[in-house]
Amino acid sequence: MTTTISFILNGDRISYEIKDHWTLLHLLREEMGLIGTKEGCGNGECGACTVIVDKLAVNSCLYLAVDADGKTVDTIEGLASTDGTLHPLQQSFVDNGGIQCGFCSPGMIMSSKALLDSNPNATEDEVKHALAGNICRCTGYVQILESVEAAKKHMSGGGQS
Amino acid sequence: MNLKELNVVGKRIPKLDAAKKAMGRAEYIQDIKLPGMVYGKILYSRYAHANIVKMDTSRARALPGVLCVLTGDDVPKKMRMGFYKDNPPLKKGKVCSFRDEVAAVAAISPEIAKTALDMIEIQYEELPGIFDPEKAMEPDSPLVHDYHKTNVLNLPWKLHYGDVEKAEKESAFVVEERFTTQWVSHCCLGTSGAIALFDSSNNLTIYTNTQIPSLAQKDFLESLKAMGLENKRARVIKPIIGGGFGSKLDTYAYEHIAILLAHACRRPVKILFDRVEEFKAISTRQPTVIYIKQGCDKNGKLTFRDMRMVLDNGAYTSWGATTPSVMMMPITSLYRVENVRYEAKCVYTNNTYSQAMRGYGNPQATFAIESTIDMLAQKAGIDRVEMRRINRNQPGDLTPQGFKISSCGLSECIDAVEKEMDIKGPREKGVGFGIASLIHVGGGARIYKSDGCGAILKMDDYGKVDIFTGGTDMGQGLDNITAQIVAEELGLLVEDINVVHSDTDVCPWDVGAHASRSTFVAGNAALGAAKKVKAVILEEAAKTFGVSPDQIVMKARNIFVPGDAEKTMPIDKLLRKVHFSPQGKMLMADYFYDPDNENMGKDMKGNMSVTYAFGAHGVKVRVDEETGKVEVLDYVAAHDVGRAINPLLLEGQVYGGVVMGLGYALTEEVVTRDGKNMNPNFRDYKLFTAKDAVRIKAPVVETYDEYGPFGAKGIGEPGCVPTAPAVANAIYDAVGVRITTLPITPEKVLAALKEKKKRPLN
Repeated sequence: MTTTISFILNGDRISYEIKDHWTLLHLLREEMGLIGTKEGCGNGECGACTVIVDKLAVNSCLYLAVDADGKTVDTIEGLASTDGTLHPLQQSFVDNGGIQCGFCSPGMIMSSKALLDSNPNATEDEVKHALAGNICRCTGYVQILESVEAAKKHMSGGGQS
Repeated sequence: MNLKELNVVGKRIPKLDAAKKAMGRAEYIQDIKLPGMVYGKILYSRYAHANIVKMDTSRARALPGVLCVLTGDDVPKKMRMGFYKDNPPLKKGKVCSFRDEVAAVAAISPEIAKTALDMIEIQYEELPGIFDPEKAMEPDSPLVHDYHKTNVLNLPWKLHYGDVEKAEKESAFVVEERFTTQWVSHCCLGTSGAIALFDSSNNLTIYTNTQIPSLAQKDFLESLKAMGLENKRARVIKPIIGGGFGSKLDTYAYEHIAILLAHACRRPVKILFDRVEEFKAISTRQPTVIYIKQGCDKNGKLTFRDMRMVLDNGAYTSWGATTPSVMMMPITSLYRVENVRYEAKCVYTNNTYSQAMRGYGNPQATFAIESTIDMLAQKAGIDRVEMRRINRNQPGDLTPQGFKISSCGLSECIDAVEKEMDIKGPREKGVGFGIASLIHVGGGARIYKSDGCGAILKMDDYGKVDIFTGGTDMGQGLDNITAQIVAEELGLLVEDINVVHSDTDVCPWDVGAHASRSTFVAGNAALGAAKKVKAVILEEAAKTFGVSPDQIVMKARNIFVPGDAEKTMPIDKLLRKVHFSPQGKMLMADYFYDPDNENMGKDMKGNMSVTYAFGAHGVKVRVDEETGKVEVLDYVAAHDVGRAINPLLLEGQVYGGVVMGLGYALTEEVVTRDGKNMNPNFRDYKLFTAKDAVRIKAPVVETYDEYGPFGAKGIGEPGCVPTAPAVANAIYDAVGVRITTLPITPEKVLAALKEKKKRPLN
């Protein structure tokens, strides 16, 4: 069974013919070539595939592509400005050592973005809670939490520089 | 020692590939698709131990979209993996563990390949299995491999220096205990995978997640030879690696199967693990059963250390069976102890087999050593921090195993822990402090015949450098270390340096990213190449400026004579001048650095590493006596790193190591039932999450090692070495129970507390 869905992907209107059983992850990665969204487990346990659908962070491996119809989907590829300037969260992860092997980074950044977009003054506990579904094996989370904290300050203190 | 002012080394320069990773543009094995590529899948055994009676692959072969199906019958006899050569990539006749590969399929889609696996019919005859290594040593135990005659492997892990028995008799205090450590999994976020393809002349190219491109190339060449493809080329291309931690230090069946499939169907074949496979078919950390006895004199000076271990080898042999070679390091050389004895037996069972994992045996041995140091201190009535100071290693020491301790900051590390944490001070009920130290190789480790790394450096006409290194960046940041060292030496900026490390066709040999050796060995290789180029540049500049080369400085992209405003030039201008002259020169250099360390002799003696890394960890925990739950309140990890080439990345190694060590101490375990992995997912395999994040302080002790590049030593592994005993010691301090089996789960703590209440007070 195929269906044509329409949605907004990283700000662009998209219509795509999909098979009904495809996950959003499959559509993004395997069909559209947006490799920034990673598959770490395929079971919603690691968060590497996190994207933002209508402002909510979701595990795209558990999210059916058909359900994206009519919605707004943001992936890691849509974060940087068109001139190549990184989003403050991306820049902060770079600057503060929040990235080592990098496999969890897109999901980690997307979960952080969903949080800070809805709660710009999130406390440390709220950040930890929001990232609890994103597993990282390299950093021990210390520099990831520092990255989110620094980005939060930057974003609330006068926007992008 | 190099204490002059540095411009690039020592700076917190972000990882060079971090922006690419933050943007989702980094290409991992998951992301690579080649034209004509098809998909391989592996069928695993349904039993821990069984004869394969009958196998029917006809239905799978007939499925449209299936290109080929291979079984053990299709594997050349000499195709065997691992240093013990006991592991064919597909098994024939008999399976010896649940992870045994019995068939493989290549098909035009992963879905068809998976369907085809379901259509392979195999009739097994189950055999009695053996899952306890100590029982597997008994004479009436079932044999895992009949041809091997015994389950005990023929390996040389035995040493005795001094006289342990005499020293024990003369000791004022002796403690004795049995410890066990569990299987844990590396849990790399990027699962394993490979793509193999052959060209028209049967030369192999393989894209694979590996920490050992050069040794993997050797393994693949051996496979090609076994397949009748002699004198062919094997090119190993590393995509960006989604985590290593030792898991990629040996080649795996999936890589050799990808080669067999690609050869059979003449198409690029990709095998990519799912998470369940990653848990079940990637080798774990080596589990251990440890018997230890330690003694001291009345002043607390260690008199002897006597250790015996039984290692569950699993059904096949990989580097896990060689971890005793590294366990010997803390056993003979953590603290000054003259009389030491150690013996380890590796025993076949029908369990999974083990591999290298961060620390390579050191965390297991250190758990037993540092737990019993606390026990001994208590018995001798000596403060446990003082006990460690009394016995600390010091610069200039020669240890019983023949390790020459060059620089040693253990004393300063213990001081740093005490400064950051009030270990001796008063505490609330249920709260305790623990401390544990470590020694690790910090200047390479001569396990293999060569411990070398090559580097080739070229400069272009614009002042930019390409450096082709054998060393592997798997996320830890070797590219930065390489670039910072080269930039420092050549007076350039880090963005002027392009590090290429991904392809055996263009990069020189390196033994691999293991043993915390990359900063030291690959760093020295890069430094050596940079120095050669620098000498030529200085010579050319000397001609131009009319001065001697030692008067010239290269800094911030310029070359100049200090104090003489006339004699200055941008480096790129000089390069063009040198290039575009009659009999011009391109600036290029190669360098192979092989550290001056020693292989172990038959007596296991030898200076394994040029220098050694030291550290001390302190931890504060709260133990809930109602639930047995241990909460980590505070953590200090002090490390002697020689010199921090990049403090930002160094801290990342320490934090990541500590949290991996905390998982080892408290939560992580591959749970098995009769050889079957019962928790192959992140829900049931308990990793620390952001919610469990711990406050960690990481004081750095710089001892400026004379052999290290700019004084640096390795730091990749040490962070997870003393973590478990520090935690165990803190739990004892908090509630008075000594947990001797990892992980220290609430159940174990509760059971021990219950047991303690039953004991009469003495």
